[in-house]
Amino acid sequence: MKGEILIRNVKLVDSWGEHGTAEVLVGEGRILSLSGGDADRVLDASGYVLSPGFCDPHAHLREPGQEVKEDLTSGLTAAARGGYTDIVSMPNTTPPVDSAEVVSALKKKALLIAQARLHPSAALTQGQEGKLLTEAKLLAEAGAVMLTDDGRTNEDAGVLALGMQYAASWGLTVSVHAEDAGLRRGGVMNEGEVSFRLGLPGNTGYAESARIARDLEIVRYVKSKVEGQRSKAKTLLHIQHLSTARALHLIRGAKADGLPVTTEVGPHHLTLTDELLESLDPLYKVAPPLRTKADSEALINGLLDGTIDCIGSDHAPHTQDEKELDMLRAPFGIANIEVCWPVLYTELVLKRGFPLTTLLERFTDGARRVLGFEAIRLEEGAEASLVLWNPQQERPVNPQTFASKAKFSPWTSWKLKGWPVMTLVEGRVVFDNLRQLA
Amino acid sequence: MTATQEPTPATAQPPRSLLDFQGWSRGQLESILETAKMMQEVLARPVKKVPALTGFTVATVFFEASTRTRLSFELAARRMSADVLSFAASTSSVSKGETYKDTLLTLDAMGLDAYVIRVDAAGVCHQAEKWLGKPIINAGDGWRAHPTQALLDAFTLLEKLGTLEGKKVAIVGDIQHSRVARSNAELLPMLGAKVVACGPATLLPGSLLAAELTTDLRQALSEADAVMALRLQNERMDKGLLPSLPEYISGYQITEGRLGWAKPDAPLLHPGPMNRDVELEGSLADSPRSLVERQVANGQAVRMAVLYHLLVGKKS
Repeated sequence: MKGEILIRNVKLVDSWGEHGTAEVLVGEGRILSLSGGDADRVLDASGYVLSPGFCDPHAHLREPGQEVKEDLTSGLTAAARGGYTDIVSMPNTTPPVDSAEVVSALKKKALLIAQARLHPSAALTQGQEGKLLTEAKLLAEAGAVMLTDDGRTNEDAGVLALGMQYAASWGLTVSVHAEDAGLRRGGVMNEGEVSFRLGLPGNTGYAESARIARDLEIVRYVKSKVEGQRSKAKTLLHIQHLSTARALHLIRGAKADGLPVTTEVGPHHLTLTDELLESLDPLYKVAPPLRTKADSEALINGLLDGTIDCIGSDHAPHTQDEKELDMLRAPFGIANIEVCWPVLYTELVLKRGFPLTTLLERFTDGARRVLGFEAIRLEEGAEASLVLWNPQQERPVNPQTFASKAKFSPWTSWKLKGWPVMTLVEGRVVFDNLRQLA
Repeated sequence: MTATQEPTPATAQPPRSLLDFQGWSRGQLESILETAKMMQEVLARPVKKVPALTGFTVATVFFEASTRTRLSFELAARRMSADVLSFAASTSSVSKGETYKDTLLTLDAMGLDAYVIRVDAAGVCHQAEKWLGKPIINAGDGWRAHPTQALLDAFTLLEKLGTLEGKKVAIVGDIQHSRVARSNAELLPMLGAKVVACGPATLLPGSLLAAELTTDLRQALSEADAVMALRLQNERMDKGLLPSLPEYISGYQITEGRLGWAKPDAPLLHPGPMNRDVELEGSLADSPRSLVERQVANGQAVRMAVLYHLLVGKKS
C-alpha cells in the first residue's frame, strides 16, 4: 500500500482511550493503515501523540469588516497551529453574517486558504438586531452550522423562542451568549470583592445564571411545541462560554431533566480568575468576565462529568491598540486559539490529573456532537483530519510567534506542554512544525 | 494594617508613583504627612516659594474636567519652583480620537519628570506608569482612587483630632462610585482609624476593604469622631439608582440635628464640589464644624509634600 505520509512510532490517543503505538499511513485524505506502508514522506514521531483534529464551536475570525483584528487567513492558520481542523466562526462581523450569500463566500474563501476547515455560524436575527429572523433554511443550505446573535444578548424571549423553533426545523441549533443586559449593567469585570476594591463596574455572575434560567424554560417550552413537528435538530440550544458555578448547576439540572441543551467553556474561565484584574490590564477583559476560583473549580468538575460538552475557545482577537485602551473602553476578548490545548493539557491533565481522554473528548467528539458532525476515529478508513502533538517538550507562551494578528496573551510566559507540531486536514498537512524541531 | 505593625525600615524604598496606597507603608505615608506640615509653614510665609523642585517639569494631564484639583496641584508645583505643563483634554487631541497612550507618549517626548493624571477610567494611571516609566500621581481615576484627597483628608483630621488611632470616621453618600471613599477606606485604617461607609443600598458596594458598610445613617454617625459627606452626582438619578433627590435628602443629608448623633464637635468634611442643601444642610457648610476650607488649604501643602517625596526623595 502506498500513501502520502507515514507517521511512524506514534502513540494514538483519542476520547476512547490510549491505543498504543502505531505506524499511521495517510493517503487520499484518509487513514490508510495503522500498520505502516510506503509513503512519499516518512516521519519518525517517537514521543509524539496523534489525536483526531480539534473542533471549536466558537471563534471570532472577524471577517468580513474587522480584518484589522483578524481575517480568515490569519484566523484559520492560527487555528491549524492550535491543532484545530474544524472551526465555527461567529457572525458578529461588520456587517453581521446574516445572509446565505456571505456564508457561501466565506466558505469558498476558506477552501482557498486551505488551513483549518471553516464552518460559519450565522445570525439568528437580521443584522443581529434581535427582531426579525434570518433565513434559516437558506443559511443551512449555504453551510451555516448554527444560528446566534453572539456579540449581543437575546433580550426578547419571544424572538428567541420563535428562532429556536424555526431553526430546529432546518436542522440548526441556536447558540446564545447568555447574559442579562440589565443585570450586567455595563460591568467590565466580575462583580465581587475585587471589583468593589478596584472601583470598576462589576458584571454579576447572576446576569449569566438568571439569563440561563430563562433560556432553559424557553427550551422546555419550544421542546413541547416541536416534539410533534419532526424537527431535524437534536439540540435546541447551545449555551456559550459558561463562566459561573450557578449557571453550571442550572444546566446540570436541565440535562438531568432531558432538555436538549449543550454548553461549552473557554480555557480562560478554567484557568484564570478575576484577581488578575488587580493589574488593571484590559488584557484580562473578556465577556463573560473572569470569575472566582470557586467558579473555575466548579467548571472543571462540569467538564469532567460531562455537563459541559466541549471546549469553546471564544478566540476573540483585537488589535494591540484596542487592548491598550483603558478598562472601560478596551473591547472584551482574549485571543487564545493557538494555546487552548497546551493550556488545558498542562493545567488540567498534567497539574491536576484530569483524565487525558476526557479532555480530548471535549476538544474533539464532544464539540462535533454539539455541531451534529461525525466523530473522527483513529482507525483504517477514517478521515485523516488529525493533530500530532508533543506531550513532553515544555515551551513558554510567546505571542510574538502567533499566526493570529492578536499577538498578546494572558498566558504569556506560562511554560506549557502539549504543543501541536503538525495538523492534517483530510490528509493534507496544513501546519508542520516538525522540521524545525528535528 | 494596625498600630502594632513593625515600623518600616528606613531603607525601604517607597513606590515610584502614588497610584493608590498599595505598596506604601504607614511610615512612608506618615513621612509625607510630616513633610506636609513643613510645607504648611512655607505657605504661611510672605514669600510662598522654595527652590526644591527647580529644574523639574511636572505635567498636569486632566482627561476629565476638574478645576480645583488641577489648580491645587499646579500651585503646589509652582510654589516649589517646578515648571508646569498644563494639559486639559477638552482643548486637546483626545477629543479628536487620540488614545490616552498616544497622548501621554506625545507629552513625554517633550521631556517631563512627573505626571499628575486625572481620568474617568480606573487603572489608566497604572497603565501610564508602565508606558512612561516615570512618577505618576493619581489625581483621580474613575471610581478607583484619589490618594492625594485621602492624604489631605487624613492631614486635616490629624490637625483637628491629634490622632486617628481608634477614631471612627463616617463616610456618607454615593460610596460605590466614589474614588474619595475608596482611597479613604484604604488610607484611614492604615493610620489607625475605623471607617464606616454609609449610603443608599443601591450606591453601596458589596464590600469595601476593611470598612464597615451600612444603609443606616444613625448607626453610621453614632459616636463618630468625624463625618465626611460625598458629592452626589445627578447622573445617579438618571441611571435609576436613586428614585429622587428629595428621597436622598430625606434619608442621607447631613443636618445639624443628625450631626448630633456623632460625638460633640465631630468635624465635618466634604471633598467638594459641594451641592449645597443636598449632601449637607446649607448652614452646616459654613458652621465652625465644617473643615471644608481647611481641606482645600491643606490640599496644597499635601500635594507639595507628595511631589517633593516622589521627585526629590525622602524628607531630609
